[in-house]
Amino acid sequence: MLKLIKIKSLILIFSVFFALSNEAYSAGGETYDLIKPGFSFEGPTGTYDRAQLRRGYQVYREVCASCHSMKQLAFRNLSQKGGPEYTEDDAKLFASEYTVIDGFDDYGDPVERTRILSDRFPNPYDSKEAAKASNNGAYPPDLSLITKARSGGYNYIYSLLQGYGKEIPEGTEISDTLSYNPWFPGNGIAMYQPLYEESVEYEDGTFASIEQMSADVTAFLAWSAEPEMEERKRLGFIVMSFLIIFVLLMFFTTTRLWKDVH
Amino acid sequence: MDTDYKYEPKNGLTRWLDSRLPLMRFTSEHVLQFPTPKNLNYFWTFGFILTMCLVTQIITGIILAMHYAPSTLLAFDSVEHIMRNVNYGWLIRYIHSNGASMFFLAVFIHMFRGLYYGSYKEPREVIWILGCIIYLLMIVTAFMGYVLPWGQMSFWGATVIINLVGTLPLIGESLTQMLLGGFAVDNPTLNRFFSLHYLLPFIIFGVVLLHIWALHVPGNNNPVGLSVQGKQDTVAFHPYYTVKDFFAYTVFLLLFCYFIFYNPNALGHADNYIEADAMVTPAHIVPEWYLLPFYAILRAVPDKLAGVLLMFGAIAVLFFLPWLDTAKVRSGRYRPIFRYFYVLFVIDCLILGYLGAQVPEGIYLFLSRVTTIYYFAFFLLVLPILGRIEKMKPMPIGISNSELSRDMVAAE
Repeated sequence: MLKLIKIKSLILIFSVFFALSNEAYSAGGETYDLIKPGFSFEGPTGTYDRAQLRRGYQVYREVCASCHSMKQLAFRNLSQKGGPEYTEDDAKLFASEYTVIDGFDDYGDPVERTRILSDRFPNPYDSKEAAKASNNGAYPPDLSLITKARSGGYNYIYSLLQGYGKEIPEGTEISDTLSYNPWFPGNGIAMYQPLYEESVEYEDGTFASIEQMSADVTAFLAWSAEPEMEERKRLGFIVMSFLIIFVLLMFFTTTRLWKDVH
Repeated sequence: MDTDYKYEPKNGLTRWLDSRLPLMRFTSEHVLQFPTPKNLNYFWTFGFILTMCLVTQIITGIILAMHYAPSTLLAFDSVEHIMRNVNYGWLIRYIHSNGASMFFLAVFIHMFRGLYYGSYKEPREVIWILGCIIYLLMIVTAFMGYVLPWGQMSFWGATVIINLVGTLPLIGESLTQMLLGGFAVDNPTLNRFFSLHYLLPFIIFGVVLLHIWALHVPGNNNPVGLSVQGKQDTVAFHPYYTVKDFFAYTVFLLLFCYFIFYNPNALGHADNYIEADAMVTPAHIVPEWYLLPFYAILRAVPDKLAGVLLMFGAIAVLFFLPWLDTAKVRSGRYRPIFRYFYVLFVIDCLILGYLGAQVPEGIYLFLSRVTTIYYFAFFLLVLPILGRIEKMKPMPIGISNSELSRDMVAAE
């Protein structure tokens, strides 16, 4: 019994440590908690909503992609299992909208061809310097891993996308080239408000409110950062189920074996 | 240690082998039949768990090295290549990255167990010192491994730590140059860290063998802290402890697998998913959680060199523990006052860990000073003095005999 209490208190200590990672964002005395809409991919059995990922890709393609690269993604990823799961033909079609320089011909001239499934997403800028020059000196980060690369994760991205148009609290100075956003560290963000109502016209007829587009593109970015998530949880369920049975068997074996030792 | 059991080869082949390479004899006497105190509790299962952790890290590490590219231009993307394109690469990498955390979790429990039950006391001083060497090697290995993904925390963590080494008098400058291979953290640094990160686990493996060898001379300590007096006090390692250890390991695996499959990035820092950039400093540079207590000690003092010396001192002091603790009684069970100081010490270490993740200002700075003072006071004041003045509780005569020993009863 005493042992059980010890183990319980250990678990308690660890859970306290993990709980401390919950963050609040403050701006001019007002505290903004992250908006947590509750995504379909949360929890131990959560999966991505295919329709949402497809809408999210549309928002990325039509809005974000003009400034942000996603260099870790290839067009083939769009049709792989656990993602938006477009058909291979659709993914090919998306790829063919972009071109890429692929080597040189016999005269030393660069060869340009349309992109194919194995090609990566195109980068909107030729260099980091060009990207900065077009964005008031700020570099639009690559979005492939963005939900893993920010504390607060996908909820932070979701909140940030909706953090525009809020009144600047008194005492907060935001420079002319920046926009006020209570969730951004320092509150002045170089990205102008990216999403307005009906910025995109969804192919599936969903109404494109700012919340809807924010949620959709956030889900798409979450998939891009963790494309293995569905497979991971599926395998995790099998492994954990096996382990729980195995732990029980080992427990009974140990008790039986030790019962005559005094 | 004396054992009644002696290996007898049963047939011609094993007799032939036994007189040439006594492998079967060694396995039989040191693994299968090794007499082990029968009263070990579950805190003693962490030796086995740690061995499994080391083996897991080595196997997954070797596979990761097949796909990883140790170049500043490729490192970050090659890790993402492992995560996205290598078959089950994400699984192998998540096992490896969370495995490091689990390794440290297990080693902390293992060390706190040794501290409570006096497992470092005569005749087990060498076992403890070898353990301290393993721990030190683990810290170095983990630090270098954390640099390899070449994220922002990798880069800036390495920058901060290597700068600290530079503050050391005499050796500081040349040691810094040797670590960096240049003027700043760059490609040569990454290359040598990769090389050393691959080498050190095998050195750890070697020291682990010495650790176990040294353990097999006096045999295990036990919760009562009394030496084994005869056959009645022990059981054979196999099947009794092979089964018990494996049961504990499966429970440990449950926690391990929870992190791997359901929360694989909980123990890491978000900034390490941003590629290293020498022009952008992260808002807060923090090490991995298992190094946070030492980081808190480092920042508790205003002077950089003093901080560095204290941080290294916090590990160095462990090496002297067998001689700092003057109490003859091993187990904390029979040391009523020690128990309070011990619990306070464990809490102190946890608070230090928490403080290591905070900005050292105001109350946090004050607290980190208090906890740092207690950390050292525990080793340098409490243990040497307490051993001389503490009145021990009555002890049993032996491991199998719960009758109280006569002089202890008299002392009561």
